[in-house]
Amino acid sequence: MTTSPVPTMNGDSVDTDRARTWVQAIAAAVDQHKDHLTQLDSAIGDADHGTNMHRGFSAATTAVAAMEPDTVGAALITAGTTLISTVGGASGPLYGGAFRAIGKALDTPTAGTQQLAAALAAGLASIQKLGAAAPGDKTMIDAYAPALAAFQQQAGAGADLAAAATAAADAAEVGMRSTTPMQARKGRASYLGARSIGHQDPGATSTALVFRALAETLGAR
Amino acid sequence: MKKLINSPDEVLADSLVGVAAAHPSLTVNSSDRYIARAGGPTPGKVGLVSGGGSGHEPLHGGFVGYGMLDAACPGEVFTSPVPDQILAATRAVDGGAGVLHIVKNYTGDVLNFQMAAELAADDGVRVEGVVVNDDVAVENSTWTAGRRGTGATVFVEKIAGAAAELGADLGTTAALGQAVNDRSRSFGVALTPCTVPASGKPGFELGEDEVELGVGIHGEPGRARGRLASARELVGVALDAIHADMPLSGEVLVMVNGLGGTPLIELYVVYAAVAEWLAGHRVWITRNLVGNYVTSLEMAGCTITVCRLTPQLTHLWDAPVVTPALRWGR
Ligand SMILES: Nc1ncnc2c1ncn2[C@@H]1O[C@H](COP(=O)(O)OP(=O)(O)O)[C@@H](O)[C@H]1O
Ligand SMILES: [Mg+2]
Repeated sequence: MTTSPVPTMNGDSVDTDRARTWVQAIAAAVDQHKDHLTQLDSAIGDADHGTNMHRGFSAATTAVAAMEPDTVGAALITAGTTLISTVGGASGPLYGGAFRAIGKALDTPTAGTQQLAAALAAGLASIQKLGAAAPGDKTMIDAYAPALAAFQQQAGAGADLAAAATAAADAAEVGMRSTTPMQARKGRASYLGARSIGHQDPGATSTALVFRALAETLGAR
Repeated sequence: MKKLINSPDEVLADSLVGVAAAHPSLTVNSSDRYIARAGGPTPGKVGLVSGGGSGHEPLHGGFVGYGMLDAACPGEVFTSPVPDQILAATRAVDGGAGVLHIVKNYTGDVLNFQMAAELAADDGVRVEGVVVNDDVAVENSTWTAGRRGTGATVFVEKIAGAAAELGADLGTTAALGQAVNDRSRSFGVALTPCTVPASGKPGFELGEDEVELGVGIHGEPGRARGRLASARELVGVALDAIHADMPLSGEVLVMVNGLGGTPLIELYVVYAAVAEWLAGHRVWITRNLVGNYVTSLEMAGCTITVCRLTPQLTHLWDAPVVTPALRWGR
């Protein structure tokens, strides 16, 4: 894939500032929904997902604020590395690896819709390679996969970044809700067997926050 | 929430200060967050590193010392440690013979240890791993992330630690740890939930007359809810489940482990029932542990772990050990 080295005229591209803003927007959303995430995790896990995400994204925000990135991906790679170093739990390596993969695919000063679509796909591939979960296993994948599909579909149809990201965020939220009737097959919730049915997956819920934060970041001009 | 803490966010840091102050035989690296033997690595000996979420004390830090672990990596309460601290501990204990990672089978623990092992290998440290998965309450099928690691972790750490101390190489130490895991099974029962300090609320709710059967050690609910029954009946449920999964015979090592909120007198009541059940099935307890070894904060209840011994495993179990939580023979 080739990308223009200069920002596009209409400003419809992700630049280094917007990448950083995305990380900050996720941190703000996680801060706001921390208790909800932990409450979801206490139903089918060990009551730490909100705390884990909060610790990680607070540290990631501090780390990206301190840097002068020269590519879109640099801040995301730093955010990913920071998540791996601070979160722990299953979500630390999974989110950390995803952000590093997304960042590595954005090795340019700006990026357009197609390039971001490819980067988000690399993020999903990283989560699946590490965690070996499939759609329907009641994990973050169930929010991420539909979000990516919606983003790719919009990108293919020539939509701008804000429209593609909004479609992705909407799809992530639908995916998040779809985890409620599922029986968990991966992660801690799988230990509950059929008792995991009827609860929304915490990781899918935080993934929906990640995509909503992206839509807000790219929608804001 | 009623806890003896200074602040919910500082529990781990504050407790590590206490560990360092209480045990001169240990060194606590507070920036990299690991607990190691004060003397540094033993040249030529395989290093043993374990770790996991905090809240299970004395696991793992209480098992660092002669004859057992070289280092332990405590995560936040009930949260796996991060690769950085595992890598730092792995480097610190490598005496040139490689390092064995002892990991309880939880997705988070496995992923974080795996990342650390890859980074250590990049640094030229040979690393092998044993993943402990002894909990029969979880079906080991494509429907789960596999069985959880619980009480057998203590057996694996003790026996692999003894082998390493006697000069076994990395492959042999790992194979012994694996054998202990393969020959061990556990089942847990909870009478009350527990509260993670940072969350402030109990992980689940249980009625006065209810128990969680097949509970995990992270305050996660168990596989089923049952009626509170006599110790003898609950032991029957646990040992039936273990025996159905791995037929018991011959000589065994048994641990009746308190989850943090159960008095010793009740653990001995449970141990009596365990001994009675096993004798009735012509299974002989030749070694045992009764006490709080793998806790789940202040949860009331216990786990029962049985390991089918061999003469070699008995010999290694009896070998000297000098740690804050286990010590004999020296
Ligand atoms: N193998 C996996 N693949 C993808 N996501 C997973 C996997 N295992 C767990 N998860 C996600 O991680 C979330 C739990 O994260 P967290 O509570 O932070 O970690 P832990 O389960 O170690 O306590 C789950 O809700 C689920 O979405
Ligand atoms: Mg959790």
